[in-house]
Amino acid sequence: MTGTTVQPSLWHVLQPKWRTVRQRLREARERGGWGRLTILLTAGGLFWLGVYGVLFRILKYFRGVEELGPLLAGKLLGLVLLAFVSILILSNVITALSSFFLAKDLDLLVSAPVDWLRLYLAKLWETVIHSSWMVALMIVPILAAFGVIYGGGVLFLPFAVLTIVPMLILPGVVGAALTLILVNVFPARRTRDLLSIIALGAAGGVILAFRLIRPEQLARPEGFRNLLDFVTVLRTPTSPFLPSEWATKAIMSFLRGSVDPLPLLLLWTTAAAFVTVGALLHRELFATGFTKAQEGAERFVRGTLWRRTVGSLLKPLTVAKREFVLKDIKLFFRDTTQWSQLILLAVLVVVYVFNIKALPLHRGEPVGFFYVNLVSFLNLGLAGFVLASIAARFIFPAVSLEGRQMWLLRSSPLDLKALLWSKYWVGTVPLLVLALLLTGITNVLLQVSSFMMVVSLATICALTLAISALALGYGALYPQFETENAAQIPTSFGGLVFMMTTVALLGAVILALWQAVYTYVRAVYDGRPVVIDAWMIGGFTVVAAVCAAATVIPLKIGLKRMEQFEF
Amino acid sequence: MIRLENLTKHYGSFVAVDDISMEVPRGLLHGFLGPNGAGKTTTLRMIAGILRPTDGRVLIGGDDVHKQPLAAKMRLGFIPDRPFVYDKLTGAEFLRFVAGLYGQEGDAIDRRIAELLEVFELTSWKDELVEAYSHGMRQKLIISSALIHRPEVIVVDEPMVGLDPKAARLLKDIFRQFVGKGGTVLMSTHTLEVAEAMCDRIAIIQHGKIVAEGTVPDLRRQHQAGDVSLEELFLKLTGGAHARELAEVLGR
Repeated sequence: MTGTTVQPSLWHVLQPKWRTVRQRLREARERGGWGRLTILLTAGGLFWLGVYGVLFRILKYFRGVEELGPLLAGKLLGLVLLAFVSILILSNVITALSSFFLAKDLDLLVSAPVDWLRLYLAKLWETVIHSSWMVALMIVPILAAFGVIYGGGVLFLPFAVLTIVPMLILPGVVGAALTLILVNVFPARRTRDLLSIIALGAAGGVILAFRLIRPEQLARPEGFRNLLDFVTVLRTPTSPFLPSEWATKAIMSFLRGSVDPLPLLLLWTTAAAFVTVGALLHRELFATGFTKAQEGAERFVRGTLWRRTVGSLLKPLTVAKREFVLKDIKLFFRDTTQWSQLILLAVLVVVYVFNIKALPLHRGEPVGFFYVNLVSFLNLGLAGFVLASIAARFIFPAVSLEGRQMWLLRSSPLDLKALLWSKYWVGTVPLLVLALLLTGITNVLLQVSSFMMVVSLATICALTLAISALALGYGALYPQFETENAAQIPTSFGGLVFMMTTVALLGAVILALWQAVYTYVRAVYDGRPVVIDAWMIGGFTVVAAVCAAATVIPLKIGLKRMEQFEF
Repeated sequence: MIRLENLTKHYGSFVAVDDISMEVPRGLLHGFLGPNGAGKTTTLRMIAGILRPTDGRVLIGGDDVHKQPLAAKMRLGFIPDRPFVYDKLTGAEFLRFVAGLYGQEGDAIDRRIAELLEVFELTSWKDELVEAYSHGMRQKLIISSALIHRPEVIVVDEPMVGLDPKAARLLKDIFRQFVGKGGTVLMSTHTLEVAEAMCDRIAIIQHGKIVAEGTVPDLRRQHQAGDVSLEELFLKLTGGAHARELAEVLGR
């Protein structure tokens, strides 16, 4: 046969994805009904309101500052959009790896007579949507606050859309191009190496972004020689060649009532140019990269290290439990998508501890005893939230990740209790170590008394046990067996409900401890001896009971749910 | 050895398996045939304890799979149709893990692993991550894992898919020897020549019901099919005339 082949439309290529999304939504609605939708909408709405409220207050304050106000508002928007663009580049690199090289539909698309441009555009579209929807939703309340405070009017809405869309496309093209180059450089399906680079790049990016922002200068105008210096810093673009800066300029010029078409023109022409260059790069490199991604992994593993170390430590356990724990540890450390996130986690923990150290509590004047104890006490809640986020990422997906292998576990004589037990302790032990380190180090930095040290360490232990159990229990209650990427699992409905429950638990524990801590602080402040009274004992008992219930009940419910799983 | 009593499975209003009863005695290789969607995999997964029946029960060596699961499953080796295994374990690690699930460890298991890997020609791959294995190699690994604890019963869903001719022949020999030593195999397959050559008895399931059961000569006699092959018999029992018409249309 000769002649040109009639090409399917771009929409036709994208149709299966769109239909899958629709079907998933339909299934979710059928499973959870209106209750689930209401919870999701309420949580989303509250989050939006929170972001809007905070921004509204800040911008209202800025508006009241003569001359500097609009500059500060512009700088703030620039920083927010810069942060978004950085996140988007990272997120697009990871998503592009999956959508351009590992997706299940690629065999069909690549073997079909679909031309390279349609394939590129379809996959780029998919990548941009996948990685940008959350950022796009986050931008809505932020821009709404800007629009309301600076009287943007009805036309601000289409103008904002016109500005933000190219800003989302650009990181998509850059991310896809970076992935394309990396896949071509590294031999055969070395996603481990690739993702390690991405993780390290992200860590470096965070530090770099932190330096770029130079927050200390903005926070301390008194540090400038004069007002002119301060204004000069505010007027200087953070990074004049970044789309976030153009978007900021476009939006701020619109809000000031003098629309400058140049930044908008820059955004759209650059986006068009980038898509063109990206497409050409795709035409040259995709076939080689895709072939490399199909080649065998050639991973030779001796793997006796874990058996000799952890295996020996676990000798007292039954064979099934020991093998299960070993298996989970090996899978975790051999899967780059899992362990690479530990790098970012480490960076965040360092920043967290650094922030506590930087608090101006011990500068010059006598130690503010009240503030030290207050910070130490509230730090419990914050540390609990950090632990909950980690549990959501690492423990919540544990049951879901067994999905495809459940045929083996269910047809073997493995007791599901043993499975849950292994999952629980494999997640809880490292979390407990982190919790104790985080709380212990911050308490040492804060120079708290031994009373507060004991109370906070004991509480964080109890909270960690409960948070792990909640994560595992909710993970079993809302499993995502179809999702292969562990990082996507916590963003599900179950993940949201887990986080909401954990926040409620943290609130309840802090509330129950409040009276005990207040009695202690009051006694020390007044110079009276600290007496452990009935109120204190009552508070501690309530905390212990709440944490014990939050540990036992989710595990029992999770086990019951697992017994009902069908595959 | 395997006993199904009024086994039923509903998915909502759809009846996947409809009140079937069947007995597979010890030392027999029993074929389980049926067209796509007839209920074969659902039945086998209920026997393996992966799915819970809506009604009825499954006994393995006298133990109810859902009431005494641990005792029943100790006797069982299950080979699924889709070879999903942990990609980030090596072949040897996977086999050791499975042995651990059955409470077995030590030198004897190490020897058994080496033996099975040797038999299935996977020895040179034993320290490779499973993600590098081909479909057929994964299938061989899963078959090895089902044999590692020396089960009394093997339940196997489409064992020949993905296997090269040598491995397929090996598997047939293994099953025959296993049965010869008193083991029991319940095997679903679409390869009717394999079923005819290997199976002592055959059950044919359609629309969730067993429509025929017995030895191949029994089935021919019951359905007055003369001296036809199992394939012809199967098509006769499961609406094959329609399939043949379709084939003619497609072949035009």
